[in-house]
Amino acid sequence: MSEINIDVEGKTCPVPLVEVRKAIKQAEEGDIITVKGTHKASRKEIPMAINAMGFEIVSNEQEGDVWTIKIKI
Amino acid sequence: MDNKNKDIKKTTIVVQSGDYDKLYSAMIIANGSLSMGMDTTLFFTFWGLERLKRGGLSKGPLSKMNLLGLGKMFMKMKMKSAGVEPLEKMMEDFKILGGKIIACDMTMSVMGIDKKDLNEEVIDDYAGVGSYINQAKDSDINLFI
Repeated sequence: MSEINIDVEGKTCPVPLVEVRKAIKQAEEGDIITVKGTHKASRKEIPMAINAMGFEIVSNEQEGDVWTIKIKI
Repeated sequence: MDNKNKDIKKTTIVVQSGDYDKLYSAMIIANGSLSMGMDTTLFFTFWGLERLKRGGLSKGPLSKMNLLGLGKMFMKMKMKSAGVEPLEKMMEDFKILGGKIIACDMTMSVMGIDKKDLNEEVIDDYAGVGSYINQAKDSDINLFI
């Protein structure tokens, strides 16, 4: 079980979604992916993709302009 | 790790236009679809096929207000400052995420395009309308751009 961190601050559509999917490809069951970004719509859309693929959102927090989403694979 | 959900959805897009902005639409939708865990196939035909030529991906004009390339230059500047990735990077991600590309072989013979003129590394198959319909008939999203 390992932790994977992705920073997509300042990146726009579709980069946050794509980078999350790329990280999932590399991950194994039980891994935690933490993604940090600023693109507003992605904060809603990453959970949509995670649900569609059957993974789990552990947390989704906003601090100022930056959101942090934790995903369990 | 692949999709945990066993019911895998599918997207098929016909890329008929070679316009810069329309190729952006196609690539963004394609990469979004892959990112949502969907199988994704792009079928490049007619002017779209021109974009699969070596070094040709971002050579298309804007579909509107191209102004002999001036409009496109302005658009590229705006996109860069908005943090939009270049088409080449989008294509690279598309392949990393397992997207499939079919080149229309009929267009190739009409336009006198040879395999060696094309960016062969990204192309999975050279085929006709039958292959497109075969993919499209079970697709959940099917677009013509």
